[in-house]
Amino acid sequence: MPEFTLSVNGSSYTIDADGATPLLFVLMDDLQLNGPKFGCGLSQCGACTVLLNSTGQDLPIRSCVRTLASIPAGAQITTIEGLGTPEKPHPIQRAFIEEQAAQCAFCISGIMLHGKAYIDQHPNATQEEILRSLDGPPRLLCRCYTHVRMVRALLRYAQEVRP
Amino acid sequence: MKPTMTPDARAALERSGFSRRNFLKGAGVLIVGFSISGRAGNSGGQTAGKVVPLTIALDQVDSWIAIAEDESITGYTGKCEFGQGFRTVQYQLIADEMYVPLERITLIVCDTAFTPDQGVTSGSQSHPTEFGANGLRQALATAREALFQMASVRLGVPADQLAVLDGAIYVKADPTQQVTYGQLIGGQRFELTVDRAATPKDPSQYTVLGTSVPRYEIPAKVTGQFEYVQSVRLPGMLHGKVVRPPVVGARVLAVDESSVQNLPGNVRVVVINDFVGVVADRQYEARQAAMALRVTWSEGVGLPSQANFYDYMRQQPSRDSYTILSDDVDQRLEQATNIIRATYLYPYQMHGSVGSSCAVADVQGKGPNGTATIWSATQGVYPQRDSVARVLGIPPENVRVIFTEGSGCYGINGADTVSYDAAVLSQAVGQPVRVQLTRKDEMAWGENYGPAYSIDLRAGLNEKGNIDVWDYEAWTLTKGNRPNADTPGNIITGALLGFPTPPLVPGPGNPPTSYSNNSNADSSYGAGCVAGRCGGTGTIESERILLHTIESPFFTGPLRSPARLQNTFANESFIDEVAAFLQADPIEYRLRHLSDQRLKDVLNEAAKAANWETRPSPNPDSKPTGIATGRGIACVLYEGNNGYCGLVTEVQVDQDTGQVTVTRMVAGADSGPVSNPDGLRNQIEGGALQGMSRCLREEVKWDDQKITSIDWMTYPGEATTVFRFGEPIPVVESVLLNRLDKPQLGAGEVSITIAAAAIANAIFDATGARVRQVPFTPARVMDALRARG
Repeated sequence: MPEFTLSVNGSSYTIDADGATPLLFVLMDDLQLNGPKFGCGLSQCGACTVLLNSTGQDLPIRSCVRTLASIPAGAQITTIEGLGTPEKPHPIQRAFIEEQAAQCAFCISGIMLHGKAYIDQHPNATQEEILRSLDGPPRLLCRCYTHVRMVRALLRYAQEVRP
Repeated sequence: MKPTMTPDARAALERSGFSRRNFLKGAGVLIVGFSISGRAGNSGGQTAGKVVPLTIALDQVDSWIAIAEDESITGYTGKCEFGQGFRTVQYQLIADEMYVPLERITLIVCDTAFTPDQGVTSGSQSHPTEFGANGLRQALATAREALFQMASVRLGVPADQLAVLDGAIYVKADPTQQVTYGQLIGGQRFELTVDRAATPKDPSQYTVLGTSVPRYEIPAKVTGQFEYVQSVRLPGMLHGKVVRPPVVGARVLAVDESSVQNLPGNVRVVVINDFVGVVADRQYEARQAAMALRVTWSEGVGLPSQANFYDYMRQQPSRDSYTILSDDVDQRLEQATNIIRATYLYPYQMHGSVGSSCAVADVQGKGPNGTATIWSATQGVYPQRDSVARVLGIPPENVRVIFTEGSGCYGINGADTVSYDAAVLSQAVGQPVRVQLTRKDEMAWGENYGPAYSIDLRAGLNEKGNIDVWDYEAWTLTKGNRPNADTPGNIITGALLGFPTPPLVPGPGNPPTSYSNNSNADSSYGAGCVAGRCGGTGTIESERILLHTIESPFFTGPLRSPARLQNTFANESFIDEVAAFLQADPIEYRLRHLSDQRLKDVLNEAAKAANWETRPSPNPDSKPTGIATGRGIACVLYEGNNGYCGLVTEVQVDQDTGQVTVTRMVAGADSGPVSNPDGLRNQIEGGALQGMSRCLREEVKWDDQKITSIDWMTYPGEATTVFRFGEPIPVVESVLLNRLDKPQLGAGEVSITIAAAAIANAIFDATGARVRQVPFTPARVMDALRARG
């Protein structure tokens, strides 16, 4: 089987797998990461979201439909594990903790990473603009419907990063 | 909140005979994991001469609490965490009842090796149960009183002259004389029966309960550290996928194993009756093999047409039951000044949990020496232990089920059925197997749907405009349910394996002998009079509540607010229709028919917070075109005894397109003493918005052979989606009535129960158009607008 080199959360890994393997399965099973999750496998919900940086900018991608072979050489992948820890959370994670913006939280990678990517690029965005940007496609779903708090958490983060 | 384990907990692990354990620490959460190797023949409760009781006795204090010499406390309970926050509430309860800091506590929930059998975590019963006579609180109160007695002996001072602070019991007159819990009992068992006479702390004295202690899991969840069942990994673990029938009722005719023999990953095929699955080394390989496997299926049994399904329901043989049968219903209807009638329709809906269900199983052998450990997000670890044992053909005492949180679950999503899938595949290959369903297998073949309802309501009014008689007749469906030892066929995998699904037996209903409004079939306005006693929350004394249940073509089961949501949509819409007919304010008219003060209070509090304007509906200022705005109200006493809620919603209706936008939802809620105000708000908010998605958008679809709602593009389909993140959200406000003098009640299902009716009533207020069929799609709203005349 071919070998692939992945840079994930600042570490480099050599992966021996079929290039058609979804990136998500590599992150879950080979790298044993718990942040990106299998929700639908169809790019319809966002639970598998990771940030991909191959152009100097973090862009949210759906790792369930991106194959291992499609990841550009040298690209940096960031999962929510790569942002911070319970002891030292990233500001977006801290915002979600402070707003208690979770129920089951299975969807959380999608909401946080899409939100972070947009707000980092648009720190002055209004609530309406943030929401519009997150309405996709691709879609984001939270089936516990924790939307009220998640929106508050995103606004809290936006206030923090606003210049 | 450090994830430490007390020596007692460790001892419990030893006692249970599980060697080579390891503890996986997620921040603030103790996850007890067990390595795979070395357990063959050594798991499931038996080891060298020691037998661990099959059930950890509910009436023994040691089943609930252990105190270590280092003062750490471990609690053991059977109420699991699904994101609703009850893990945190249980920590709060232990801290308050035992007078110890939260940091000293570890909680182990829902593990058949260690925790008492508390059945299923469902029905908003966690609060009533753990704060009730048979729950955690009573065991803690017994433990605390025993510790005071021990301290009294140790310190030579009568117990009533002692007090406690942070787990140290001291002499009130001389606090330097003290002894700690650890010194009194550390590392030893209480050996005490739970004392029904022990006095729990009065809620007015709570210092930890009643405060918004942050949820334990959230830091781990938002940083990717949390161990979901989807992230359980065992050494030597293989990956399984199932191959479900293409159409309902299809049976396996042939499986061509050669179709996968050249695929990578050491693919193995498992076929048992109509159950088909594959196992491979890696997840991707298993998925590819499941897609490639050639299975020849028989034709399906065919499905009734969805287009006229509500009519179909009324023509089938039914099992009938009465909630109430007053003997003067027909007579009073004849005497009524006016009769109002309406029919309400509610579709099949699904959980559609955002993550597809997953389980990991390690099964070794078959027969009396077989053993199994299942990591499962089931709502009931003990029922699953017993039914998995039946499925695998091994003794239940050799099965251990370890609850491990999964994606949000609101009843029976695929968590139980995928646990069977993993267990059966693991048994077949003799290695641990992880199965996560595909989205299609979850939606079309994984879960037990919330069933459809068709509800006819009739009210007879007297000359004063009050309701004198209430007549409810409904049709619904059932097939399967929660599985137990006798009924593995209650869920799809059990049925495919060949276990029968108990058939519905038609038959007439008998007059009831006592009143139970567990399904909220009786409206809030019924007096609920049965056999000379009246248990309802309202004033209407003449009632007939008759339910016809027919056999469902699809598996059904509880889905957040099961039956109660469907019934309350009808009842709370109908009372609004009667009020409108009489040109009465919807709240004023409700209050006229309510006898329960707490229900009146939540209505009034919600109305006050929403600045409710007292007037009849529809809104006299509404114009017949363009955007119309309106407000609606609904209320419920959940399950007839388990949590009060009133909800005002405000909507905008685009009368050119039929699009409904909910702009504001204001809840008044009373569930007795509030354990965690922020947690309760989170539940009310989530319930209100989930309820909004369900009533505006959601409906399971099928064709003449199969379910066609198989992913997020097709559930619900028709150019719409479930309510998404990113769509404009309503403002949600919650008024919490903190009733310290009342028992703790459920809170997780109250707001969702009334959201549909509150929104339908607001649509009527805005437009004068009445929607009586869920979901309120733009097309149905346009139909209602055209019908308003």
